[in-house]
Amino acid sequence: MSAELTRREFLLSGGALVVGLALPESAAAQRASGTEASIAKTLDSGEVDAFLAVRADGTVVVYCGKVDLGQGLRVAVPQMAAEELGVALERILLVEGDTALTPDQGPTGGSTGITRGGVQVRQAAATARVALLRTAAERMGKAAGELEIVDGMARPKSGGAGIAIGELVRDGRFDLKLDPKAKLKDPAHYTIVGKPLPRPDVPGKVTGRHVYIQDLVVEGMLHARVIRPPSVGAKLVEVDENSLKSIPGARIVRRESFLAVVADDEWDAIRAAGALKPRWSESASLIGQSAVRSWMRAGPFDGEEFLVRKGDAKQTLGAAAKRLAAEYYWPMQSHASMGPSCAVADVRDGKATVWSASQATHRFRETCARLLGLAPAAVRVIYVDGSGCYGMNGHDDAAADAALISAVVQRPVRVQWTREDEHGWDPKGPPQLLALEGTLDASGGIAAWRTEMWLPKATANLPNMPLLGPAAAGIGQPVGITTGLISQNGNPPYAAANVEVLVHWLKDSPLRPSNIRAPGKVANGFAVESFTDELAAEAKRDGLEFRLAGLTDPRGIEVLKRTAKLIDWQSRPAPGPGGVGRGIAYLHYKNNETYVATAIEAEVDRVSGMIRVRRVACAHDCGLVINPDALRQQIEGCILQTLSRTLHEEVAFDRMRVTSVDWKSYPILTFPEVPEIAIELIDRPAEPPLGAGEAATTTVAAALANAVFDACGVRLRTVPFTRERVKAAAA
Amino acid sequence: MPAFVLHVNGTAKSVTVSDPDEPLLYVLRNKLRLTGPKFGCGLAQCGACTVLIDGATARSCTLPVSAAAGRKITTIEGLGTPEKPHPVQAAFIAEQAAQCGYCANGMVMAVVALLESKRNPSPEEVKAALADNLCRCGTHRRILRAAMRAATSA
Repeated sequence: MSAELTRREFLLSGGALVVGLALPESAAAQRASGTEASIAKTLDSGEVDAFLAVRADGTVVVYCGKVDLGQGLRVAVPQMAAEELGVALERILLVEGDTALTPDQGPTGGSTGITRGGVQVRQAAATARVALLRTAAERMGKAAGELEIVDGMARPKSGGAGIAIGELVRDGRFDLKLDPKAKLKDPAHYTIVGKPLPRPDVPGKVTGRHVYIQDLVVEGMLHARVIRPPSVGAKLVEVDENSLKSIPGARIVRRESFLAVVADDEWDAIRAAGALKPRWSESASLIGQSAVRSWMRAGPFDGEEFLVRKGDAKQTLGAAAKRLAAEYYWPMQSHASMGPSCAVADVRDGKATVWSASQATHRFRETCARLLGLAPAAVRVIYVDGSGCYGMNGHDDAAADAALISAVVQRPVRVQWTREDEHGWDPKGPPQLLALEGTLDASGGIAAWRTEMWLPKATANLPNMPLLGPAAAGIGQPVGITTGLISQNGNPPYAAANVEVLVHWLKDSPLRPSNIRAPGKVANGFAVESFTDELAAEAKRDGLEFRLAGLTDPRGIEVLKRTAKLIDWQSRPAPGPGGVGRGIAYLHYKNNETYVATAIEAEVDRVSGMIRVRRVACAHDCGLVINPDALRQQIEGCILQTLSRTLHEEVAFDRMRVTSVDWKSYPILTFPEVPEIAIELIDRPAEPPLGAGEAATTTVAAALANAVFDACGVRLRTVPFTRERVKAAAA
Repeated sequence: MPAFVLHVNGTAKSVTVSDPDEPLLYVLRNKLRLTGPKFGCGLAQCGACTVLIDGATARSCTLPVSAAAGRKITTIEGLGTPEKPHPVQAAFIAEQAAQCGYCANGMVMAVVALLESKRNPSPEEVKAALADNLCRCGTHRRILRAAMRAATSA
């Protein structure tokens, strides 16, 4: 193998158990050996060698462009590779998201880690297994079909001596095209995939030894703080360097309106940031939180688009004796990562190394090269775990900050954002407005359905979201916005002869947007599945029975039925007799991926407006299950995080700035609010493995809104369901 | 420059700082390289920076180093290691109670402090004890289970 990696480098890249004190050395070692010239490993995702290297000792290095942001890929992807190759899981070393070592498998987002990233690695492993068996067969004078690989040994199926795979690939290379048709192992024979194996990073994480980007120390690095402007778009007029005189080693880095301080010591950098008295020219460039809804209706627009047109929904609705109509709103939300964004960059001698928790190291490499005026080949971006991000938070911004400052000071630089920076400046989940209309047929089914959506339009082929540092520094960037795929699942998944889904594309978003967990679908699911309940109530039918009657997909039917059973669903129309309410919701993610249903039991105190979520049940079908425990954890996270978003979260901002800049002004779910959760996994070994990082978020808000309606007859159509809002609606 | 003696994880450490108001968190992380306690907010709102001082939880992000000098400081590194975890850490591992894990430091320290003061807390008491520790990934159920597991195995 030409890429010589030390054990330490693997530990750093793979985020396994690293002793904190060893890290500076490790990081330095990585830098020393990390120049592009010393690494001849292919990154071509059409080659097996891009994904796998078998070392002489039989360990297998898996190179994965997708990264573990806390969602468990660090065990699941090695499970897939180990299973397909026939080696023990302990023999797999995983390298994640290092642009010098891993193939570009696209950003880790959109719930594609397993379904695209893992599946690609699995196919490379299947190709490798065929090649290994062929080589072993030649050596042993047998037919490849008579051999199998078990525990890293190629041996006759009938028993007897074998050859270790490390001996079959002497130089570590396969020199083999990835065969998309290489036969996969029969799931009936799986011994590793499907097992609830523990995640390798948990022991380090709960003993304080796991190294996060915030903990990374690169030899000789300076600590930096970026001074963000007091309002969005403010320009720096002047700054007095003398204000830093009393702080040892502190100095200013300025490029146009990009302002930072650096110091040898972190606390000195923090003090310096506080001591600076820059003068800014400010303007009220924002529309302000209270104007968002009316702004969404008014535009400016960038066209409209029919996403679904079946039958004639408009005419049917127009002719209907009774028609239901309702408007739903999902506000802007923050990723609200527990740890503010951080990055380390070393930009010197025409080269750049950036350590970042980016969910898209390969994409950021191009971005970073552009802003530094370097060739992409001169830039290496290495993924290091950060605090969970759930989409694009401030990680890339922080990495750009660090790169800009390092290029000026010619030293490695660590940039650590503050809490105010993260809440104030992370790109926000865009707002969503939906107006729904529906009418029933004579048998109480859906006769016609219309969804109109008002959504910010993502800029086509935008190479990267415009970043804060380069924007302030006056460095040209591609212009546009990014949102993720936010218009999916605006259609009802139930039988209806006449359906129309129309989106009005807004030209912009009130604050810089980005993808946030289950982009768009979390709000579309809220609207569609709440409105489904409104139609069921209008028909005086039980919400579960109404849904089942409109479904033909057996996998959809199964998740609904199992969810109902988990929560002891009693069939009756809503609202119920009062007190405790229950609601259910269903969604087929992106209309062609994971099936999920969620039921919630909740109490509502009409006087205080407080909603108490008592129990949540969820049945989940994402095809083949790779690691059931890691999967359950993702579903638990989807449920609790979305309860938080539904009950509490809305970014507050005025005409100048975001004003919800800490955990008091942007509260999230706390322990006393945490409900019981029951989850049922439906494993389908014969089906492809689908994503699980997002699907179970999409049914939570509607299930809760439906439970609230069932409990007290109040229909909540605006998120978050704050006490004030519930009180006002119940009055 | 002011110098202080910190009693951290059973060892006396001398540190020199340029500002006696420097929060303990930065001294631990940068001067003593104990990076288990995390910077989350700097406002004592989230709990990621939690350490034990004389056995009680403290938010090291707002506690001046001068106020911690001479007192018994325990960081998460002082509890156990991946190979030999403290019973609370072992319970977190058994329950796989971390996703991104950034809040895990505060969760572990808060549970340790709780169990030192109350051997057999109810689930509601654990929830109350963790009310000011925030988790964004939604690992709450597992953290609660880990706390109960540690309580019953202690």
